[in-house]
Amino acid sequence: MTVKELCGKCGFSAVTLPQEDREIKGCYIGDLLSWVMGRAQEDNVWITIMSNINIVAVASLADVSCVVLAEGVTLEDDVRKTAEAKGVNILSSPLPSYETAKAVWENI
Amino acid sequence: MSECLTFHYDVDGEDFTSAGQASVQVKKNLRRLGIPPEIIRQVSIAMYEGEINMVIHAGGGNADVIVYEDRIEIILADKGPGIKDVALAMQEGYSTAPDSVRSLGFGAGMGLPNMKRYTDEMTIDTVVGEGTTIKMVVKLR
Repeated sequence: MTVKELCGKCGFSAVTLPQEDREIKGCYIGDLLSWVMGRAQEDNVWITIMSNINIVAVASLADVSCVVLAEGVTLEDDVRKTAEAKGVNILSSPLPSYETAKAVWENI
Repeated sequence: MSECLTFHYDVDGEDFTSAGQASVQVKKNLRRLGIPPEIIRQVSIAMYEGEINMVIHAGGGNADVIVYEDRIEIILADKGPGIKDVALAMQEGYSTAPDSVRSLGFGAGMGLPNMKRYTDEMTIDTVVGEGTTIKMVVKLR
């Protein structure tokens, strides 16, 4: 399944989708960035409530397929622009992390 | 080992938000060289953790990435306060990072352990009051 398809099926909204056809494999939830870099696998969906600029670098370096911001967390415009420029997909979910992960699990 | 390629970066200690630029650039450069994706992931994550450490603890520093035929070396050097107890610093969960850094999602005490996790060799040369040099090697298999 691609990031774009996941976005539609789960009812998430697209914050930025520079690589919408990227394939998804598995999911990781975490807000401590070094944990994410240590544990998340390539092509995972990464669910977090962190929204500072460092998530763009972490998503890019850990090579996750997309970031899903849970709890309706919003991004500053400069973070969104950086993600767009770096080819990092970011989606937004109104649900808490657990329900967001559940939606991913049911649709993946 | 006749040919090697070196990338040098200055890591800005003032700007926390720009940390990671060197690592993302390294990732791009290694991709251009046709290095396997898993190796690139290891090198760039290890380097990013090192970059973040230098920004948090040492006011910045220098990073060199050297690509040999059989391995990639990452050398991170700073003139920060040094590491008092290396064994303790290597323990997962141990951190001396301030709260301001923790609120950004760092300071979980996973930086050095991640650097070790993602590299084949890691040596820490540190002198309290003078600085720290960390050398990491990722083998190209």
